[in-house]
Amino acid sequence: MAFLIILRHHHQRIKSDKESLPADKKRNMSNISNVVVQERAVVVPGEILAEGMDYLPGDNTYRLGDKIHAKILGLVSVAGRVLKITPLAGPYLPQIEDKIIGKVTDITMSGWRVDTATAYSAMLNVKDATTRFIKKEEDLSKIFAIGDYLIVKIINVTSQNLIDLTLREPGLRKISEGRIIKVNAQKVPRIIGRKASMITLLREKTGCEITVGQNGLVWLNGTPEGELLAEKAIKLIEEKSHLEGLTERVEQFLGGQKLPERKTVSAAPEDA
Amino acid sequence: MTYKSRLDGRKDNDLRPMEAKVGVIPNAEGSAWFKIGNTWAIAGVYGPREIFPRFLANPKKGVLRCYYTMMPFSGSGERIRPGTSRRAQEIAMVMKESLAPLVDLSAFPNSVVDVFVELPQTDAGTRCAAISAAAMALAHAGIPMKDMVSAVAVGRVDDRLVADLDYREEHIGEFNPDSHGAPVADTPIAMLHATKQLTLLQMDGELSKEMLLKLLKLGEEATEKVYQVQVKALKENYSSE
Repeated sequence: MAFLIILRHHHQRIKSDKESLPADKKRNMSNISNVVVQERAVVVPGEILAEGMDYLPGDNTYRLGDKIHAKILGLVSVAGRVLKITPLAGPYLPQIEDKIIGKVTDITMSGWRVDTATAYSAMLNVKDATTRFIKKEEDLSKIFAIGDYLIVKIINVTSQNLIDLTLREPGLRKISEGRIIKVNAQKVPRIIGRKASMITLLREKTGCEITVGQNGLVWLNGTPEGELLAEKAIKLIEEKSHLEGLTERVEQFLGGQKLPERKTVSAAPEDA
Repeated sequence: MTYKSRLDGRKDNDLRPMEAKVGVIPNAEGSAWFKIGNTWAIAGVYGPREIFPRFLANPKKGVLRCYYTMMPFSGSGERIRPGTSRRAQEIAMVMKESLAPLVDLSAFPNSVVDVFVELPQTDAGTRCAAISAAAMALAHAGIPMKDMVSAVAVGRVDDRLVADLDYREEHIGEFNPDSHGAPVADTPIAMLHATKQLTLLQMDGELSKEMLLKLLKLGEEATEKVYQVQVKALKENYSSE
């Protein structure tokens, strides 16, 4: 009992805690709930996040007895009474409607097998690849060859993580120039930023065309300098995104420079 | 002749100096090294990825696969032949058994997570160092885990119960002629932190029931020290600057 009281005093209680707890005088001591970690703290698997039954385990957490534990290495976030963890690393889980970048690894009777940079390869069916009528005897490798990179969208995922893809949506296509880099898939939302703010910044400053696949593959297309700069900036985001002030950091890194887009490349040397 | 004080002057419950670091293999999804005294284990985690050979696939959840390797120049200086051995396979198996209960691979059916542990230098306690390093590397890789596991050997030298035996203590007869014939028992244990459940308990030598119970107490205290080092290393990797 004394232990709980000490915890109560020692750990800064978060605002939402006070709001969610009714000011009920009858609440006996053993019912006191407490978040024992701070918002945005790094926690390791198994670490206790909260004690008592007033909090609910959200994503990547689990309840054991009257305590909530972490289930992954990540950052804590508290939303009302729900505790969840934003992973710092980890595999990409394929989800419907996700735009990803994949590589053609095989050609079958009815379409293409695409490597998704996960444990699971995906199928792109002929009917989802093009609106054109494909004759039965047509050579599919003339459309997409083995080794081609594609920007595709996931249209179906089964419980066994079998994936179906489509190309029949605006913005989806074969990639024929630029470069592909691989990043931690958990950092994709940071690279895109809130309302695409970060990726807009990157595009503006580096003059690159940038497409981020949810699976952690990123396509960069611009001048060689622009692509290198964009790659470095993305690596910076990947390393520092769990810290405060990410946008400022990236802005500072990219500095005042504004590299031209590819078409105006001939005018670049004088500016630099 | 009783074992009056430990060969390296440690207290009975003292572990050798520990050091740990995560993110040591850039190409791996997760990696860590863990040093305890002169024993040094480096772990790299790859996956979840496609499993080969295919018949090992489990359609209900991902498979955890462990590899344990002592480098040719590790150990006493006697060259260790590369490639697997009966001993390496057994240790890989106990590593898998002690890590599998805590990783949750249900979201990754038909896939595999590979854990490779290499030991550049060894001075007893390698399976424990390997498990401790592997647990850190798995966490660093972002694999869902219900807990952390920390491993350390405890044991008896004569009638003294000690934590984290080094090679000389394990072979006390060779190094301390006075104690010739002194019974030595070595008990590597791996314990989960939150629930204090054991996922590894082996015994090499003889112990009475009372001694074993006392050793488990000592082991709980010792694994907690390992845990603190593991957690510090994992969190330091993400500290600001």
